[in-house]
Amino acid sequence: MKNSVFHPAASRFFADHGWLQSAQTFSFHGNYDPQRIQFGALRVLNDDTVNGGQGFGRHPHDNMEIISIPLQGTLEHQDSIGNVAVINPGEIQAMSAGTGVYHTEFNKNKNEPVTFLQIWLYPNELNVQPRYDQIDYSKGDKRNKFLQILSPNTDDEGVAIHQNAWFHLAEIDAGVETEYSLKDKDNGIYTFLISGKLEVNGQLLEARDGYGIWPDTGASFKAVEDSFVLVMEVPERK
Amino acid sequence: MDKTNILVLADHPEILETIIRLINKNESWNGVGVNSYENAVAAFEIAKFDLVLLGVGVDDEAEQQVVAFCKSVDSRIVCMRHYGGGSGLLHSEICHALGL
Repeated sequence: MKNSVFHPAASRFFADHGWLQSAQTFSFHGNYDPQRIQFGALRVLNDDTVNGGQGFGRHPHDNMEIISIPLQGTLEHQDSIGNVAVINPGEIQAMSAGTGVYHTEFNKNKNEPVTFLQIWLYPNELNVQPRYDQIDYSKGDKRNKFLQILSPNTDDEGVAIHQNAWFHLAEIDAGVETEYSLKDKDNGIYTFLISGKLEVNGQLLEARDGYGIWPDTGASFKAVEDSFVLVMEVPERK
Repeated sequence: MDKTNILVLADHPEILETIIRLINKNESWNGVGVNSYENAVAAFEIAKFDLVLLGVGVDDEAEQQVVAFCKSVDSRIVCMRHYGGGSGLLHSEICHALGL
């Protein structure tokens, strides 16, 4: 193993904007710590909760791969390349900002919050044509196995992005052990535990902890409690 | 206290305007936006810049020309890429470049 990094949930940055509660694993917006910038190409991992009827107004992005994974509630997306979409738990959205795109993300419901993971990866190519992708993975089998929800390939399972990265979700029952095998042996794995309690290569994670490793071939997962986990395989940032 | 002068090179008018507005919200920073090598050179005739952010939409050749020009003016000028086109990473990128 080259190295590892453990980010307990409580060590994240916390931003309270009234309408938005944001727990940020890496430096973001006005929060800066030179020791908490990124894990390889993974640059942003925000655990956001937006109040009913509120949201992110029209704002730009460029040259970034932006992924949203709703955990509770419903997001409504609109962008300058003509996409209007609603995203629910069980779905994933990916936007390649490339040469520039404007978008809004709002809580579609007026009376209940929406909680979602906002994840940014550096792209492996600059100034690409902006692209939007969204899929429903809710029918996929992720019980004690890893379900692929993102890849670099448009003809593979999940949404596609401009980066040599793969995301998987798994629901692992207490006491079950399973293995994750790298798609690319040069990549690292950043695990974000959405709920439950589990061990990754012996490192105990609790809900919303993050753990990044650079293994040779993969990693072993053992659930201490029923666990819902996101595994992000990403390259080193070139 | 002198402000940190930041030149932003990008060829997307709305995004460039947004980045400059965000930079200038910080009272310690002064942002100027240009969209070409020629305009970057012209900007240096008016002010000296401590940091150059390379933004969206500019071709590789123009970027390399700007970097080479900045280094010829003062090798201590930091030239780095800006990602994201908004407020998300901007603060961290500038703090990192300035060694804060």
